[in-house]
Amino acid sequence: MSSRDLVLGRLRAALAEGGQPPVQVPRDYRPEGTLDLDQLVERLTDYRAHVHRVPEAAVADTVAGLLPAGATVVVPPGLPRAWLPSEVTTLTDDGLDNERIAAADAVVTGAAVAVAETGTVVLDGSPDQGRRVLSLLPDRHVCVLRADQVVATVPQALARLSPHRPLTWISGPSATSDIELNRVEGVHGPRNLHVILLP
Amino acid sequence: MTRTFLGMPATAPAGVGQLRGEESFPAAARRSLADPQLRRNLGHATRTIRAKSAGVIGELPDWQELRSAGSAIKADVLARLPELLEQLEAKVTEAGGVVHWAADANEANRIVTDLVRATGSDRVIKVKSMATQEIGLNEALAEAGIEPVETDLAELIVQLGDDRPSHILVPAIHRNRAEIREIFLRAMPEVDPALTDEPAVLAAAARRYLRQTFLHTKVAVSGANFAVAETGTLAVVESEGNGRMCLTLPETLITVMGVEKVVPTWRDLEVFLQLLPRASTGERMNPYTSMWTGVTPGDGPQAFHLVLLDNGRSAVLADEVGRQALHCIRCSACLNVCPVYERTGGHAYGSVYPGPIGAVLSPQLTGVADNASLPYASSLCGACFDACPVKIDIPELLVHLRAEAVEARRRPTAESVAMAAAAYTMDRPRLYEAAQRAARLSRLAGRRGRGLPPPLNGWTGSRDLPDPPAQTFRDWWAER
Repeated sequence: MSSRDLVLGRLRAALAEGGQPPVQVPRDYRPEGTLDLDQLVERLTDYRAHVHRVPEAAVADTVAGLLPAGATVVVPPGLPRAWLPSEVTTLTDDGLDNERIAAADAVVTGAAVAVAETGTVVLDGSPDQGRRVLSLLPDRHVCVLRADQVVATVPQALARLSPHRPLTWISGPSATSDIELNRVEGVHGPRNLHVILLP
Repeated sequence: MTRTFLGMPATAPAGVGQLRGEESFPAAARRSLADPQLRRNLGHATRTIRAKSAGVIGELPDWQELRSAGSAIKADVLARLPELLEQLEAKVTEAGGVVHWAADANEANRIVTDLVRATGSDRVIKVKSMATQEIGLNEALAEAGIEPVETDLAELIVQLGDDRPSHILVPAIHRNRAEIREIFLRAMPEVDPALTDEPAVLAAAARRYLRQTFLHTKVAVSGANFAVAETGTLAVVESEGNGRMCLTLPETLITVMGVEKVVPTWRDLEVFLQLLPRASTGERMNPYTSMWTGVTPGDGPQAFHLVLLDNGRSAVLADEVGRQALHCIRCSACLNVCPVYERTGGHAYGSVYPGPIGAVLSPQLTGVADNASLPYASSLCGACFDACPVKIDIPELLVHLRAEAVEARRRPTAESVAMAAAAYTMDRPRLYEAAQRAARLSRLAGRRGRGLPPPLNGWTGSRDLPDPPAQTFRDWWAER
C-alpha cells in the first residue's frame, strides 16, 4: 500500500462514523469598504514606510532624491523608463545574478494592488515588477503605485489578484518581533521602503 | 477492499520529533516557576503583545464575523479533508510541483532527507516551521550529514544558544535582549565584539551573518500557513524576509505541511489573512506574505516538493469533539493570554506546541497516555477561547481530554482512588454521614488542616480541606 493510500485511508476512516454533515460558511464580514487614500498613507507610514504623493511627471525627480549620488538601481524589464532619473546607473533585469542584485543601492518597481486598511502593497511579477528576487535583495525598495490600484480591504485585493502568479504582500520594511515582542525594522528584506503614490 | 484494510487513524510515533516531554507538566513547571528572570521576560512580552493585538482587533468592526467564518471554513475542511487533499495534489502537480505523502515523522524525515541528498547539497536553509520541529527534521538531517540552518531570528537565537523553542510565534520569547547579545557573542561566527543589546543592532547582526548563506544555499525547507485546494497555491506568512529568501533564492524548495492546513478556495484566504496577523503579532498585516503555485518559469525555485504530513492528525480527526484542535492556525494568541503559560513558559509543556493549544493538541497527536498531565495544565479560565481567532473551544477540549486521561490510566492513582471512594461513600447515606461526622470530630480533635482520613486523604493531600462545619447539613435538616 502506498503512503498516499494509507494517509487518505486513515482520514476516511476517521470521518466514517456518523457521516459528515455539510458545513455552511457564514460570510457576514465586510466584503469591501470605502476607499480612503489618506488611510493607506497613514498605515504605510505607521509601519515605517515612506510615502511620497507626487504627479507622474515628478516620479524620476522623486526617485533621484531618494538615492545617493552615483547610485546603481535594479529595474524590472517592463518598468516605464520615464520613472528613472538620468543620473543613476540602471541595471535592467535580464537574468542578473543574485550578487549583482544584492550589491545595487535600490530597486524600483511598479505594483499590482494595494490595501488601504492594512497598509499593504502587493507585487505579482508583472513586467513592471519583475522576478521576486529583485525587490528582495537591495536594501532600498522604491515602489510606484497608481491610485486606481488601491482598494480598501483584503477581500477586494484577493479578488483582483491571480493565484497563478507568484505574489509578494509587503507591509512596511522588513521587521521582526522576535526580541521581547517589540517590532524592530530591518532584518533580511529591504530596510527602506518608499512608496510613490500617483494620483 | 474495506476502509479498515487501508489503515485505521494512528497517533504520532514515539522516539522521533518533539511532541512528548521528558517529564510531566507539574514537574517541569516547578522548575520554570523557580526562575524569576524567565517570568519577568514572559510577563513583559505577553503584556506587550496583548495590548498590540487588542488595538488592531479593535479597528475591525467585523472581527466576530471573521472568527465565525474562519471557524466554519476549518470545520468544512475537516469534514472534506480527503477530497480537498486530492484536489490540492492535482493542482500542485498540474503547476509543476511534486506531492509526497508522509504517514508519520519518520517517513517525512526520510522523504526530505532523500530529496536533499538528490540535489547534492549538504546544507539547507529553513524558514520557521512548526511541522518540521514537530517531526524533528533538523536532527534527522544532521544525522544524514546535512546542515540545517534556521533563518528566523528567534529560531537562530534558539539554535545558536543550543536551546529549545518555548513559544509558537516567538520561540526565543524566554530570552531578553541582554541574553540574546550574550548568545550572539558566544556562538555567532565573526560577530562584532562591540555588539550592543539594542534590538536593531542584534537584528542587523543576524542580517550580516545569514546573507551569504542565503545567497549560496541550493535547497530550502519551509512549512506552510495555508494551501489552497482549488488552485494549488501555498502561502507563507512572515516578518523578516528570511521566508522570502528561502522561498525565492534556492533552486529547490521543499515544503512540509500538516494535512489540516489545506483550505478549500482562494477566497478563503481573505478571512485568514485578516485573522492571523492581528491575533498573532498584533499587526494589521505582517511585513511579508509569499504565495506561489507550483513552479514559475524563470522566477524562484525550479523544483518544488510538497510533503503532506499525517503524524497523528488522523487520530485527532477521528475524535468528533477533539478534532477542532485541528482548526489551529498557529497564531499563539492563546499562549499570550494564558495565566498558566505566562508563569511556566513553553518548555514545561514538553512538546513543540506549548500553551493552551498545546495542552489539547499534543495529547491527541500522541495519544493521551503519553501526555496525560497536559490536559490539567490549565485553570479552565476560558481566556484562550475568547482569544482564539478560529473559535477553538479549548476549555471544552481540556475537560474532554481529562476524562480520557483518567480512562487511559491503567493503574489507579491516588486521585482516582479518592474519587472512587468518595463516589462510593456518597452513594451510601449512612457511610456519608459517618464520614462527615468523622470530619467534624477531627475538627473538634484539633486536627484542622490535616485532611480527610484514608483513602480520602488522596484528595486532600494536595488540596486545602475547608473547615468542616460544626453541624452537618444532614444533622441540621433532621432537627428541623
